[in-house]
Amino acid sequence: MTPTAIISIVTFLPLAGGIILLALPRGAENAVRRWALFVTVLEFFAAAHIAFMPGHHFSMSGWAMEENYAWISTPAIRYHVVLDGISLWLVILTAFLTPLCVLISWRSVHDRVKEFFFLLLVLETALTGVFVAFDLFLFYFFWEATLIPMALLIGMYGHGRRIYASVKFFLYTAVASVFMLVAILWLYAHTGSFDFTVIQPWLRSHPEVAAGNAGLWLFLGFFIAFAVKVPIFPLHTWLPDAHVEAPTAGSVLLAGVLLKMGTYGLLRFCVGLFPEAARAQAGWINVLAIIGIIYGALVAMVQPSLKKLVAYSSVSHLGFVVLGIFTFTAAGTAGAVYQMLNHGVSTGALFILVGMLYERRHTFEISEFGGLASRMPVYAAFFVFITLSSIGLPLLNGFVGEFLVLSGAFRDRAIYGILGASGVIWSACYMLWMVQRVFYGENRNPANALLPDASAREKLTLWPLSAMALIMGVAPMIWLSSINPPVEQILKNVAPASHMAYVAGGQK
Amino acid sequence: MNLHLVAIPLLPLAGAAINGLLGKRFPRTLVATVALAFTAASFLWAVWAAIQFADGGAAGPYIEHFATWMQIGNFQAEYGFYLDHLSMVMMLIVTGVGFLIHVYSVGYMWEEGGFYRFFCYLNLFMFFMLTLVLASNYLQLFVGWEGVGLASYLLIGFFFWRDSAAAAGKKAFIVNRIGDFTFLIGLFLLIKHFGTLDFASVFSKIGVLPTGEATGLLTAIALMLLGGACGKSAQLPLYVWLPDAMEGPTPVSALIHAATMVTAGVYMIARSHAIFDRAPMALLVVAIIGCATALFAATIGLVQHDIKRVLAYSTVSQLGYMVLACGVAAYSAALFHLMTHAFFKALLFLGAGSVIHALGGEQDMRRMGGLRKKIPWTFWSMTFATLAIAGAPPFAGFFSKDEILWRAFSSAHGSWVFWLIGLITAGLTSFYMFRLWFLTFFGDFRGAQHEEPEASGRERHASDAASAAPPGHGAHGASAAGGHGHGHDGVHESPPIMLVPLVILAILSLVGGWVGIPAVLGGGNHFEKFLAPVFEAYATAGETAPASPAEPSGPSEMSLSLAATGAALVGFLLAWWMYHRRPELHVRARQRLGELYRVLDHKYWIDEIYGAVFVRPLIGLSRAVLWRGVDAGVIDGTVNGSATAARELSDSVRHMQSGNIRSYAGWVAAGAACVLVYMIWLGMR
Repeated sequence: MTPTAIISIVTFLPLAGGIILLALPRGAENAVRRWALFVTVLEFFAAAHIAFMPGHHFSMSGWAMEENYAWISTPAIRYHVVLDGISLWLVILTAFLTPLCVLISWRSVHDRVKEFFFLLLVLETALTGVFVAFDLFLFYFFWEATLIPMALLIGMYGHGRRIYASVKFFLYTAVASVFMLVAILWLYAHTGSFDFTVIQPWLRSHPEVAAGNAGLWLFLGFFIAFAVKVPIFPLHTWLPDAHVEAPTAGSVLLAGVLLKMGTYGLLRFCVGLFPEAARAQAGWINVLAIIGIIYGALVAMVQPSLKKLVAYSSVSHLGFVVLGIFTFTAAGTAGAVYQMLNHGVSTGALFILVGMLYERRHTFEISEFGGLASRMPVYAAFFVFITLSSIGLPLLNGFVGEFLVLSGAFRDRAIYGILGASGVIWSACYMLWMVQRVFYGENRNPANALLPDASAREKLTLWPLSAMALIMGVAPMIWLSSINPPVEQILKNVAPASHMAYVAGGQK
Repeated sequence: MNLHLVAIPLLPLAGAAINGLLGKRFPRTLVATVALAFTAASFLWAVWAAIQFADGGAAGPYIEHFATWMQIGNFQAEYGFYLDHLSMVMMLIVTGVGFLIHVYSVGYMWEEGGFYRFFCYLNLFMFFMLTLVLASNYLQLFVGWEGVGLASYLLIGFFFWRDSAAAAGKKAFIVNRIGDFTFLIGLFLLIKHFGTLDFASVFSKIGVLPTGEATGLLTAIALMLLGGACGKSAQLPLYVWLPDAMEGPTPVSALIHAATMVTAGVYMIARSHAIFDRAPMALLVVAIIGCATALFAATIGLVQHDIKRVLAYSTVSQLGYMVLACGVAAYSAALFHLMTHAFFKALLFLGAGSVIHALGGEQDMRRMGGLRKKIPWTFWSMTFATLAIAGAPPFAGFFSKDEILWRAFSSAHGSWVFWLIGLITAGLTSFYMFRLWFLTFFGDFRGAQHEEPEASGRERHASDAASAAPPGHGAHGASAAGGHGHGHDGVHESPPIMLVPLVILAILSLVGGWVGIPAVLGGGNHFEKFLAPVFEAYATAGETAPASPAEPSGPSEMSLSLAATGAALVGFLLAWWMYHRRPELHVRARQRLGELYRVLDHKYWIDEIYGAVFVRPLIGLSRAVLWRGVDAGVIDGTVNGSATAARELSDSVRHMQSGNIRSYAGWVAAGAACVLVYMIWLGMR
């Protein structure tokens, strides 16, 4: 354990940048943009350098870094933030995507520019906070804090039905969070602490709670909040609406990071705190995950709108993550964490690409396009490359996650692996069919006759994403070596042996 | 000894990267130089490594660990390279034939748009194919496996502005993915039960199992791997993508869809012989699929008019032979035919490309004829290839096909049924190949008689690419139109850069089989002895039996060989009679055959059946039931229904609907603040 202030710096740097940004004179829009870019790039380097800091402990077990201070004495709320191999990379993912969001919003946002970038920076702090918070109160605070800037980004800067989508997004997730709040308060009432590192041992030492009815209800309370966020079938219908109406930057962070709050929560809290309940409930959760994989892909296949197609593909991809988490194998869980990062890169990139097309044509309808590869060869090449990463071509990022998840799932129960693996067929179907309709064939729509190819700024956003997709596919050990230890630690608690012991303990 | 095998795939990758990233700004000569130089370097490295390995005299494989790809718990996947006699043969075929086809492509593609793109993809293919054949474990093999699929997808769709090419590329990828799906399940089974995907460890773990142990598991693994092979090597029921793959430029058909990529399934089965040997049921399935595919595709090939389609179905059929050989555990026979087929089928496609090139893009054999004199080099090299594939002694195909037929008959896993079907297929092969030969090179030129060419079956080559090619892709084609857009009078032999590969492959089509002349014909069957260390490893005593033939009873190898030659001769005579001596006969035959001809002409309606049974119902179900029904109807209906109900109860929510964003935003913030305050209050209590 290294006591250090770097976690707080990384968490609040964007917020501080945002407050300074508010002080910039109104009308100085380019200064606002540049400042936002500067802050987010700085934040990226600050976050990324943690992974390469000398003397860190990410490849060993235990919390690699933490800061732990008393904040409020009654109730006992602590400012307790922790980085381990799982949260570290999610924080870096957030920091990696946000500067790209600034870049893609450079021109597309021209009204209320200052507010936009302020909200973006606030959102970045809130997202980072979710991944580092180890005090449940603090976690809940950041969790809810992400909702406001996100809902505002959709509601203020979105497209046609933005209000509907924004309200739907807000209500869906806020209502679900209440269940988690109840569970958190129950835990506080019984343990006198919000601190994860207090609650977890307490639950270990109170098997009658953890493995009993209370444990089940607590698990479900957390689970509902996370399941909506992921989203797990059939709680996913807010997602396509939110995505379609959200501005591109909103979609990127929504798909790239916000959804990971759900899967991160499932792993850290649902499985981490209630391993017995998680194991007992894994059956139907895995069924829902597999339905999500197949159903999301099939519905994506028939979407007439490009952005909805990508949105439904998220449902399918996140199904892999949930499946990986709830099969309790080392490969499955590490694969699930890796898949979270992959999805952030690939789907984030897809939303950016779709957004670029929208900036040119102001439509998402697939039927409006066709033959674009002739007009926009560079853009098409990026698009196809990211498509390949999304459908899990080996040596690109998606494959590593999918392969690990599925091999883990297969080890747990063959049928999970088999049904999940059918996803490799479906993903090829919907993505390649879409690519064919958008990029290949002859350019028959006169509206597309003069579309410009990717600009320098656009290439600047696409290169890092493409490079990341390639590096993550070729050299996944950079990530896996620090993901593995915390995963093993989580799994130690879920091991069937201990499960049996606690069940026995609960019965006496 | 360190052979640095990693360089062999990485060299073409470097070529692909250079041309892919910078090639757009390069002149064509530089693009071609880069592509050829890196491929040639890879070939030379492969030859050097092969010589070193052979000189080392090691019986076992040479394994090179490069790096760890992923490691989770006790599962580890490596980047590693595995050289034994089997991968050596594959490596040399891939780099050697690959290099020749690169050379040929420089001439063939010179006038096309996207020249750099073509060579980038072609080099990328070489990288993935070499990754596949040199892999030291199943996961890396799968990397190459999917990667060559990608290269195939990109190259089939090279003329992406044509709908048919784009559709064919997509179809190839998706159908292959179906095979990859079962292949993956095979890998999961291996991981679950053996804990590793490393060839050496898996096979040695299987090798020490007592005979008969775990047969069910090994059969399951073998069948799952077979599924992958059916996709990649275009076997029933997943062969449907290969004929459509002819939408790609002809050198692509030669390299990827004839000589190398499609043989990956055969290679994979041979590589996994330790598994298949212990799963006799799976071997039987392999043999049946191979046999059925060989016959089935040959019958379709009888009636095709498009010169490349004939060759495509012929490829499917020949791959069936190889799979059949694997199914009777005659892996070296399969590899022998794989090698000779790589020579003569690549040559056939390149020759066909030369014909198409000469005719300015014409692919329909009904508009060819009499080309013998006009393009003599092409004619003679095609003649060699035709004799080789038809199985005329002493051409290469004679020895390899003979070996397969003999094993199909004599192996412990064989049967006279397999042999008979193989023999009939040999006759059919000879017939449709000589039909192609006579239609293309003999008789009178028929090009002028059909003024209205059917759009289908014409490769948009140079001359007509210009009209439809979008700016930036056909720019060069426009200038080429002047040189190419002429009729019969302009029929011309291809330039030397295309002819030299043809001649080299023609020589190989003749002498390539001499390395495997069986003892009964006075040879030493060196090829089989060469591969023996590979296929005898990991085998148990009971299961090596099929490798040693020569059963005293029954017909001798010599008489079977004569029968095969006879079948080839019958095929030739029939083709000569119907397409040369009495050309009106085949028209009458078509009318006579009536329905049967229609069935063949429509390729048994397999594509239509798949469309009606799988594709359309799936799309319909997804759209009508899952999306409109479940998603929009049931789930969202419930959610919005409850939301509406809630809204009617609440003034404040109705107020939020006023549409004023700022007031709405305020409400959101206020609501969130309330939640927080409430929460804190709850906590403080």
